[in-house]
Amino acid sequence: MHMADALVSPAVAGTMYACSAAAAAYSVRQVRLDTDTKKVPVMGVMGAFVFAAQMINFTIPGTGSSGHLCGGMLLSALLGPCGGFLTMIGVLLIQCLFFADGGLLALGCNIWNMAFYGCFIGSLLIWKPMMKKGFTRGKIIAASVLGCVLTLQMGAFSVVLETTASGVTELPAAAFAAVMQPIHLAIGLVEGLITAAVLVFVYEARPELLSGGTAPERKGKLSFRGTLTALGAAALITAGLLSLAASSSPDGLEWSMEKVAGSAELEAEGELWQRAEAVQEATAMLPDYGFAGTQSAGGTAVSGIVGAAAVLLLCVGACLLFQFFKRRKGT
Amino acid sequence: MKGIDGAVYEIHGMAALAARDKWINRIHPLVKLLLTLGYIGAVVSFSRYDIIGLIGLAVYPVAGFLLGDLSLKEGCRRMRFVLPLVCLTGLPNLFLDRRQVLFWGVKVGAGLFSMLTLAGKGVLTVFASYILIATTSLDKLCYALRLLHVPRALVTQFMLTYRYVTVLLEEAGRMVQAYTLRAPGQKGIRFKVWGSLTGLLLLRGMDRAENVYQSMLLRGWGTDYGYQKGRVPLRVWDILYFLFWAGIIAVFSLCPVLPILGDLIGGILI
Repeated sequence: MHMADALVSPAVAGTMYACSAAAAAYSVRQVRLDTDTKKVPVMGVMGAFVFAAQMINFTIPGTGSSGHLCGGMLLSALLGPCGGFLTMIGVLLIQCLFFADGGLLALGCNIWNMAFYGCFIGSLLIWKPMMKKGFTRGKIIAASVLGCVLTLQMGAFSVVLETTASGVTELPAAAFAAVMQPIHLAIGLVEGLITAAVLVFVYEARPELLSGGTAPERKGKLSFRGTLTALGAAALITAGLLSLAASSSPDGLEWSMEKVAGSAELEAEGELWQRAEAVQEATAMLPDYGFAGTQSAGGTAVSGIVGAAAVLLLCVGACLLFQFFKRRKGT
Repeated sequence: MKGIDGAVYEIHGMAALAARDKWINRIHPLVKLLLTLGYIGAVVSFSRYDIIGLIGLAVYPVAGFLLGDLSLKEGCRRMRFVLPLVCLTGLPNLFLDRRQVLFWGVKVGAGLFSMLTLAGKGVLTVFASYILIATTSLDKLCYALRLLHVPRALVTQFMLTYRYVTVLLEEAGRMVQAYTLRAPGQKGIRFKVWGSLTGLLLLRGMDRAENVYQSMLLRGWGTDYGYQKGRVPLRVWDILYFLFWAGIIAVFSLCPVLPILGDLIGGILI
């Protein structure tokens, strides 16, 4: 879609230069590169990226032909409309000067047809409204395809208007448009899919790089407090509720003891054993996992909760102590 | 892959040409930029049937190729994007413009003239741009743009894009080569890896931008850094060069120089 100098008259070229210059002046003021110098290299690299990515051929499934990336839509999704527009100017100027892809006099037309529609129309009419409530894969794909198709259609139609207004061809505008629009519809669809593939990848890898919407909160590792709360809740549920359903049958060890010794609990004999048992009975808050002197199920639950809390406290305490000594060793 | 390698080669080749110590390379960049823009403006201003007048304007690229010691073959190679599009646009004129004109006593379709004129304009404008970029380094060109009051931010951004283009092209080339070696006989990149291959290039580029920014700060990045290297003084020779070519372009654009010359020579011979 790059227009050559031969296809434009000086009047049309001058008009389009004026339009593009106005958009560029607005963008320069909005982006404020003079104060935020960090944006300059990012925009430079992004421009170089678009240039490099446009050199890669992507196979279109089932056709045998290949397509390229749509620079304007991609840049506006990453840098915003103004940043994307300025970056696209750099790309178009390099393509014009170093590769003769588009003319120096027709640069104003090319900036308007490719950068203005791709960045401003694509971003303000499609990308931003669609991403207002946050990014999703589906919305990114839809916005990319719709944006590329629409902006390419507008760009192609502008080429028709500019060429016709320049009076270089005898071909009527309607016939010219009938040739240009369907070709660019197909190109737009393919470029939209390639752009969508790249933007979806960016969304999954680094969503904070996308502009014009709110990045979803990344559900990463739980914080220390979160982990503790989750563990505590699990312990409470297990200890308080599931202990109510605890089996009254002997556990594995008790079962083995019963088989070997005929009783689940061994009776120890001796003065030392009797004193120890007396101390345990006096200090145990919940003997045999229940309130002293009762057989209520509530006693089992409370004992479970208390036990879980004690274990948790012990565990957390041990961990904190371990960290404390490790830090001291480190310093 | 060939395209990426070719692009890198072309950019390096251009930089090497512009860095040569030729007489035309030393002309002030603003003079060359203004002349090029004026020349292209003059070329496209010609009537759609005035192919003879257009031939006269060929003196500027001819002199540029000779003074700059530039390869005509390389100049013609740059037509590959422009000429097919221009010819396709001009082709309908051949069938739709049915008027007849007399050319050396022979009736010829006006459409043929308008198509040839359009192609001629395409050739001359591409040659003019080629002469400019092959004899002017990017630093100097950016300096000239600043003299024309193009916003500093835009010029800096353009310069940086140019600096990073070869770096990212080489990186893209390596990635595509690695892919091609793992997928022999396959044309292009398959649909399944469109996102990941290009996305990785993008993320690497973004990370690189951050590193570059830090390096720039360490090296004393300033607002006028870079294109001030292209600063050259305006000499009397530059002004004379400008006036000479501006005069030539104006004369060939406004007067039918070639028919007058033809009549003169014809009159002398006959």
